[in-house]
Amino acid sequence: MDLQRTLHTLKGSADWVSLRHVTEKTTYRMVRDEKPDRNVISFDQGVMVEVLVEGHFGFSGTSDLSSSGIKRALDKAILMAKAASSHKVHNFSVDQRPIAKGTYKSPVVKPLDSFSAKEISDIFVDATRAMKVSDKIVSRSATAMIVETHFHTVTSSGSDFEQSFSIVNTDFSATAAAGGETQSRSDSGGLARCLQVGAEVFDRASILERSKKLAEEAVELLSADNCPDTSMDLLLAPDQMTLQVHESIGHPLEYDRILGDERNYAGWSFVKPEDFGHLQYGSKLMNVTFDPTIEDALASYAFDDSGHPATKEFLIHNGLLVRGLGGLESQSRLNLPGVANSRSSSWNRAPIDRMANINLEPGTSKLEDMIASVERGVFMLANKSWSIDDYRNKFQFGCEYAKLIENGKLTKTVKNPNYRGTTVKFWNNLKAVSETRETFGSPYCGKGEPNQVIRVGHTTPYCLFADVEVFGA
Amino acid sequence: MLNFTEKTKQSFNIVADHLLALLKKDEAANVNLHAEESLFVRFNANKVRQNTHVEQRSLTLTLQKDGKTANINFSITGEVDEDKKRVEFWLDQARQECALLPEDPYQVAIVNNGTSDSTFKGSLLKDEEVIKAITTPATGADFAGLYCAGPIISANKNSAGQSHWFATENFFVDYSLYMGEKAVKSIYAGTHWDQKEFEANIAQSKNQLSLMDRPKKVLQPGAYRTYLAPGAVAELASMFSWGALSFNAYKQGGSALMKLADKEKSLSPLFSVRENYAMGLTHRYNSLGELAPETLKLISNGQLDSYVISSRSAKEYGVEGNAGDSYEGPRAMEILPGSLKKDDILKELGTGLYLSNLHYLNWSDRLNARITGMTRYACFWVENGEIVAPIADLRFDESLFDCLGENLLAVTDFQEVDPMVSTYESRALGGKKVPGMLIKDFKFTL
Repeated sequence: MDLQRTLHTLKGSADWVSLRHVTEKTTYRMVRDEKPDRNVISFDQGVMVEVLVEGHFGFSGTSDLSSSGIKRALDKAILMAKAASSHKVHNFSVDQRPIAKGTYKSPVVKPLDSFSAKEISDIFVDATRAMKVSDKIVSRSATAMIVETHFHTVTSSGSDFEQSFSIVNTDFSATAAAGGETQSRSDSGGLARCLQVGAEVFDRASILERSKKLAEEAVELLSADNCPDTSMDLLLAPDQMTLQVHESIGHPLEYDRILGDERNYAGWSFVKPEDFGHLQYGSKLMNVTFDPTIEDALASYAFDDSGHPATKEFLIHNGLLVRGLGGLESQSRLNLPGVANSRSSSWNRAPIDRMANINLEPGTSKLEDMIASVERGVFMLANKSWSIDDYRNKFQFGCEYAKLIENGKLTKTVKNPNYRGTTVKFWNNLKAVSETRETFGSPYCGKGEPNQVIRVGHTTPYCLFADVEVFGA
Repeated sequence: MLNFTEKTKQSFNIVADHLLALLKKDEAANVNLHAEESLFVRFNANKVRQNTHVEQRSLTLTLQKDGKTANINFSITGEVDEDKKRVEFWLDQARQECALLPEDPYQVAIVNNGTSDSTFKGSLLKDEEVIKAITTPATGADFAGLYCAGPIISANKNSAGQSHWFATENFFVDYSLYMGEKAVKSIYAGTHWDQKEFEANIAQSKNQLSLMDRPKKVLQPGAYRTYLAPGAVAELASMFSWGALSFNAYKQGGSALMKLADKEKSLSPLFSVRENYAMGLTHRYNSLGELAPETLKLISNGQLDSYVISSRSAKEYGVEGNAGDSYEGPRAMEILPGSLKKDDILKELGTGLYLSNLHYLNWSDRLNARITGMTRYACFWVENGEIVAPIADLRFDESLFDCLGENLLAVTDFQEVDPMVSTYESRALGGKKVPGMLIKDFKFTL
């Protein structure tokens, strides 16, 4: 649609107006036990009208893209913004909506439409067949969620920016059962393998190799001992570090949580405004960034929804908390520097502070040296259970697969590995960080009232923590 | 001038019939509508943080052709001419999908499951009245939460002549009051806004908050005698929707109640769960238009009666379905009451924990139905039947086979409705009705 023309036809009593047009096509492909299980295409389209009236931003979204539909949305946004202006939480200005011009596109080697439903289905049938490594395997699945989305924003102050994202999330999963025991393995945790890429991700050889291996590991877990109940060194792989970073760094540093906006839903934060520049969040090996520039990470972009240009920023430097995750509105309310992370899930929700790509910077250790340094510990991979309190302090996480580390060597496999701790103590026990990193993420970070699911990316190294409480089933 | 619901009904009937009339002889189709006109107002510190109005409509088309199944969901506008063009485009796309997909061996044939037509008109606040109506009684309190209101519509038609329509106008205020880090939570929800009822609800929350005005008691991890108020039981019960009662999950090794189904474990005779559509929280038809029984026993006196079974699972596994939807979770869950009277709760608890709410639950050991999570909101230490102090948050890690098994001491004789307040992508219908529970040796770990 011609968004600029639509904007110019609108008349209303707002001080500033923005139109954000979003189209999103999501294609689910799922094969279970070599048979089609779920094939769904979802195409969503709408416009969010945003206004600034008497220092308050008001929002109205509509799937009716006719001129009368958008005018109706504008009138609603103005009506409610006026009604709220005398009870507004803060006096905002157009400074929180900088003028932005430009485009962003995901890096794509092979366009998504170059790969047909049949080709994906054929590979997935073969993947589930490859998982048939034993009679003990009771369920095998291959899943892809393919997303093509386009955001276009124009404003009465002159912004005009467009961003196009090409996203593929995949998962391959096998469940084994025998003798009253059931164990599952997935491809690095459910849908954690998600990137801004094209159809090049559907690499048959790699998929079949990974599928077979995880099915073998599911069978292996059936006869494994439980993870011991004790305190010991804990080595976490990047596919679990993703969740650890997400829950115990990303969410507590979001300014809208610190400000209390999110209290009634997901919760508050143990971090206080005065902690920035003072709190030793972790050991000196801990360097955490907000980085929208990682080429294939799930939450890379050029601008946030307010038009703020996205740049890499250090949040934690040598373990010291230096910056939080808040867009221009939160920065104005807190008088603290933030990042470009004012993001909405789609056209029907208002932007809120979101973590985007939160990454742990690499260290200098080699993985084999990290393992060799451990006298007694456990190496855990792939998240399967997550829970943390509303202040993001007391957490308990579970993984799919683990191996003991004894006298500097990986030894026997253990099942049902879990660990728990408190955020700051845990991160201060970080004692080695690998020089290599891997990128994962999640398409399903839930937050906000009304609720919003958004995409986040996490690029992390292997990390070794001292003295962690671990336990099995 | 037609209102949102009337306009949507008129346009849906024309557009869905237009789509179904375009089908060829070898094709069958099922169409679902979701539509809503919603006002969301988010509050922090009894001020407005954000207000968002949303008008949205979408259709989900399932096309069956040559033993293949394509599902396409797409936005529509409510304008008949535009929407006719959209359904023509997406029907063509669905046909192209069918041509590319493999045969679907568990396809459920599209049949006529009947007709229903329900519209519930509410009495809602006018949009411009909302902020004053909410902030005035909350004056003096640190009020945070969400007001949500407007019509929600679910409708269904298929090529066999089936037709369902369900529309309601409802609202909820899901809020917390804070005293520093201590908080109480409440929900005021319904179809007819009553300002006096809302004011009473706020006044009760303010009164509860005053109970928190004592120093927090820090407890060591361990097993405690614990009362779970209905709000906490509702959180625990929501885990039954995470595959626990899904027949498909059972067959694929993912049901947390597998040991209950296989009679390796049992729950307490005091514990019974059923689907109960008579509560009126949502419609009885599923996305295929199949009508669920008005009540369906799931767990009776600690024994599993039935999983929730979709027609697709029924076909795959050769069993009888019970109109479960594709995700096979309860849609109208009721946990049946017991005999513990409200006035006796603290006396029967004696010394232990009174938990009003729980937070962020997840399976920590699915096979053994073990759940971890946190205490949240108004949670108290009780000694000799008297509330002594609010507690510092505690993490629990507990198996349902223990806390709803031999450690379940009593179930209250009253229940509370926990309305569905989920607004991911769109507003949800439904909810559950649950009692409170007294439990021995509830295990806390951190």
